[in-house]
Amino acid sequence: MRDAVHLYLRFAATSMRAQMQYRASFVLFSLAQFLGIGVEFLGVWALVDRFGAVRGWRLGEVVLLFGMVNISFALAESFGRGFDMFSAMVKKGEFDRLLLRPRSTALQVAGLEFQFLRVGRLALGVGMVVWAAASLRVGWSAARLALLAGATLGGACVFYGLFILQATLCFWSVESLEIMNALTYGGTEAAQYPLSVYRPWFRRFFTFVVPLGFVSYLPVGALLGRATVPALPEALRWCAPLAGAAFLVVSLAVWRIGVRHYRSTGS
Amino acid sequence: MTPYLALFRARFRALLQYRAAALAGFGTQLFFGIIRTMILGAFYAGQGGGARPMTLGETTTYIWLGQAFFYLLPFSANPDPDVRDMIKSGQVVYELARPLDLHTLWLTRALASRVAPTLMRALPMFVVAIAFFGMTLPPAWPAALAATAAMAMAALLTAAFATVITATLLWTTSGEGIARILPSLVLIGSGMVIPLPLFPDWAQPLLTALPFRAMADDPFRLYIGLLPPSALLAVLARQAAWTLALVLLGRGLVARGQRRLVLQGG
Repeated sequence: MRDAVHLYLRFAATSMRAQMQYRASFVLFSLAQFLGIGVEFLGVWALVDRFGAVRGWRLGEVVLLFGMVNISFALAESFGRGFDMFSAMVKKGEFDRLLLRPRSTALQVAGLEFQFLRVGRLALGVGMVVWAAASLRVGWSAARLALLAGATLGGACVFYGLFILQATLCFWSVESLEIMNALTYGGTEAAQYPLSVYRPWFRRFFTFVVPLGFVSYLPVGALLGRATVPALPEALRWCAPLAGAAFLVVSLAVWRIGVRHYRSTGS
Repeated sequence: MTPYLALFRARFRALLQYRAAALAGFGTQLFFGIIRTMILGAFYAGQGGGARPMTLGETTTYIWLGQAFFYLLPFSANPDPDVRDMIKSGQVVYELARPLDLHTLWLTRALASRVAPTLMRALPMFVVAIAFFGMTLPPAWPAALAATAAMAMAALLTAAFATVITATLLWTTSGEGIARILPSLVLIGSGMVIPLPLFPDWAQPLLTALPFRAMADDPFRLYIGLLPPSALLAVLARQAAWTLALVLLGRGLVARGQRRLVLQGG
């Protein structure tokens, strides 16, 4: 285990050094990403400005959700880049080499590539959470801050799990993987608003199949003292982010099933 | 005109082959459309807030139009990936050797690479969204005709815009800075993030002054009936003026870029 952590950190450090060679690209990509999320936010702001609130949630509260889900996604994107790019590896038959090495395949794919330098989404997300946390009267305590951090990390686990599942699909087919964007980018878009906005089937899907509700809507509801699911005991709302970690564990198990189905290709 | 027309036909037919990609893209657009219409529906369900310049039905139709015509706008194939590869590898020399005008050549490519994928995605999107997701047909024939005319002109305008961006590759092949930053402006300024009429009233003159409104929002409002068919001439005039300006800009860039172009490789 210690060995695995050591190896992972080495992978990360190498990736970091390589990316530092392209400074201009770092600035441009980050700026482009900042603008891309920025215009999405402008849309949310304009709607709240015109309609006042959505399902009773006001601007600061929506901004908190928006910021948290974007931090989660940015973290998953930085660390899960190897899984995101995995289809190219399968197409070229390069996965064979990883199978020969005496380390877990998930660890090696995770260490394949990181994306530390696109900080636009992360910066905007952090800025929003800080602004929302300051402007809302939450009464911040150590426990509430821990819940905020836990929910954000839980969200990162969910998106990381989705990247792993997307990569696992490659063992069966490398075509039409864009359909997974509906879950990753679509999930980000959906979790920017309280789940009460959506129809029941959609809410259930993003709670029980892809557990984004457990890492955003429920814990944020607990933070803000808002009713979410009346039947749910308060203690469970505080534990909800653990569902994100569980989803990641399940995704890794599915990955291992996928690896067993791998048949090499390429020449 | 003939060589350009032949090129357009060839690109068009080649792009029509990518049916699996179109299907996956269609699925993703459909999913996003469902999310967006639910979000807007929730906003409309609230009681507070200011005046509402569009009804929920009109907003729903507007969102589905955006999903149907998403590929017409210059996000995905922008700058033209084929031209980028040609410039990087030096194969652009073959383009230069042809007895054709380089800007018109690239404009033709840009037009074909927008129209073919859009046609493949737009028709099924209309069918599914009208049947299941609350999209409506135009209120009357004149609105449908006016929207079609404005949409066709919008295709030309976006192609002219995309060609300007492609031309900047003659300066920077690696950075692609402008090409990565402009799509966000197009996205918000054309009405793809939220319908433009829903922005605050004070922002409307600014949105009208930009070229992006004419790429999607104007034809959409003609379709819905928020703009009367009699407004078609004004819309077309604005689209034509922007197209002309962008073609002139693109031609200037290509001409200057060609003069300082140094070809490498053996």
